[in-house]
Amino acid sequence: MMSSVPPDHSPNHPPEDEPPGVPGFRSWSGVYLFVFGWFVLLVLLLAIFTRVFA
Amino acid sequence: MNLADWVVLLGTMLGIAAYGTWRTRHTEHLDTYLKGSRSTKWGTIGLSIMATQASTITYLSLPGQAYESGIAFVQNYFGLPLALIIVCAVFLPIYRKLGVYTAYEYLGKRFDAKTRLLGASLFLLQRGVQSGVTIYAPAIILSSVLGWSINLTIIFTGLLVIIYTVTGGSAAVSLTQKWQMAVIFGGMITAFVILLTKLPVGAMEMAGAMGKLQAVDFSIDPDRRYTFWSGLLGGLFLSLSYFGTDQSQVQRYIGGAGAREGRLGLMFNAVFKIPMQFFIVMIGALLFVFFQFQPDTPVFFNRVEWQRHAEGPEAAKFRVIEEKHRALHTAKQEKIAAWMTVRNSGEPAAATAKSELIAAQRSVDAVRKEAKDAMLAADPRAKVKDSDYVFITFIMSQLPHGVIGLLLAVMFASALSSKAGELNALGTTSTIDLWRHFRPLAAHDEARNVRAAKWFTALWGFFAIGFALFASFAENLIEALNIIASIFYGVVLGIFLVAFFLKHVRGTAVFFAAITAQALVIVMYFSLSISYLWYNVIGCAACIVFSLILQATLGGGDRPATEERPAT
Repeated sequence: MMSSVPPDHSPNHPPEDEPPGVPGFRSWSGVYLFVFGWFVLLVLLLAIFTRVFA
Repeated sequence: MNLADWVVLLGTMLGIAAYGTWRTRHTEHLDTYLKGSRSTKWGTIGLSIMATQASTITYLSLPGQAYESGIAFVQNYFGLPLALIIVCAVFLPIYRKLGVYTAYEYLGKRFDAKTRLLGASLFLLQRGVQSGVTIYAPAIILSSVLGWSINLTIIFTGLLVIIYTVTGGSAAVSLTQKWQMAVIFGGMITAFVILLTKLPVGAMEMAGAMGKLQAVDFSIDPDRRYTFWSGLLGGLFLSLSYFGTDQSQVQRYIGGAGAREGRLGLMFNAVFKIPMQFFIVMIGALLFVFFQFQPDTPVFFNRVEWQRHAEGPEAAKFRVIEEKHRALHTAKQEKIAAWMTVRNSGEPAAATAKSELIAAQRSVDAVRKEAKDAMLAADPRAKVKDSDYVFITFIMSQLPHGVIGLLLAVMFASALSSKAGELNALGTTSTIDLWRHFRPLAAHDEARNVRAAKWFTALWGFFAIGFALFASFAENLIEALNIIASIFYGVVLGIFLVAFFLKHVRGTAVFFAAITAQALVIVMYFSLSISYLWYNVIGCAACIVFSLILQATLGGGDRPATEERPAT
């Protein structure tokens, strides 16, 4: 039985390992690191918020 | 509601739905119908992901939950950014590389047909049930407050979303979700600003003193519902399952011109989701402060339900409770004024005033509990959870006309956007993983596939309407949704993690491991009282461990596993 969909190999398909195209980031690892750092900063800010107000 | 409210409400709801239908009316290619337009940019994908996740329950129930128990719920989202990084790095490239329409199609390629059907069936089961809740939740609250017929509200919103989702498929869903999110952001920010203008100086300190502003709790007590650890670990597994394996999300980011668009859309959510949820729970905490200064704060926010009892055979009893609440509320306002005066004067006056204020709040809480007990005693089926009605009470009583219509549009836009994402995914999974599996000869007839997808989308829409009309749901809807998800998601995630990282495990082993793990989670849910988020971890771990044991027991008799093999 055949139920899978053939992958789209049309020529206008850009390559899948393309760079992020975000100013300041040359690789996806850099983007992930930035997001992780942002998450740590948010938790830190929320912890400070809790300490100040709660 | 006056004419201005109706114009804003119907204008935004019908306008966006009509625009989405008209713009995507010529969608005839299966790829566009199921994955969306190839020209979709990351901003649209990011908003679409956000809109699919956040339903009306998020905007109505969450402020109410924060009003009642504080903002600790925000910790449930701590695992989300980490999960989205993993989805970007592992899940999305595989889905894109294989060109699949559904996440479960990948299971067919990696394992076998029965594992694919199991994954698709678990999704259809839990998402199908949830789709009824998604449409019921706003209808029960809004119809009650506005005096509309609940059945008509369910049917109207259900039919509206069916029309544009069936017409334009994924392309229409993404397009409408973008504009619906614009309405949601505009409305919520407007309500927040108006709320701020109505608060006294020192509102934040007061919310903190009353225990509403504990955002982070590093306690390791497993009985506590929201802690940093349960949010980080349980939230990580829940988010990984939801964004990585739930078709309603996978469908949002596998389209677009390239993997870059999907990845940036996911990263957009990783960056903005926690601030957005914090903003929503802060509305609830500040509403708590606002209602402390109102002379007529009700003892019970669901006024229709309260009136039903207050005008019933035990009216005198409810009048006494109401009087008691009014007296205690006034006494508490005096304690608030006393605390506000001395709060910066240092110990011991400030500490004494604060403890008196907390004691006054406890007395009010006790009367609210007495009111709920009395309602239950009068009618065991009484709806005693009123926190969902806190924000809507503020909207209807404090916002100017026009803005009321905008906020109601927020509630309906969020219902339509999450519903559309669900229907789109249910229709796609039914077509690709079930219909095409049992009708393999139809796989390459594109027009027939699009027709089948449209029929399945419409069928799931009518199923959701029927379910919402005839089912009776749990009162705490946001909890109900998360509990249903947590029971199923862990096992589904376990199947995918085995597929990605344990290359020697094959179809038969993971199939029976998943069934055993699912049975274990269901038994544990009915026999233990741990936080539901932990079932994501347990289900996932059980599925992986059972898969390894079964594979070791079965040996290499199964077919060799390869991602490139066509599904059978």
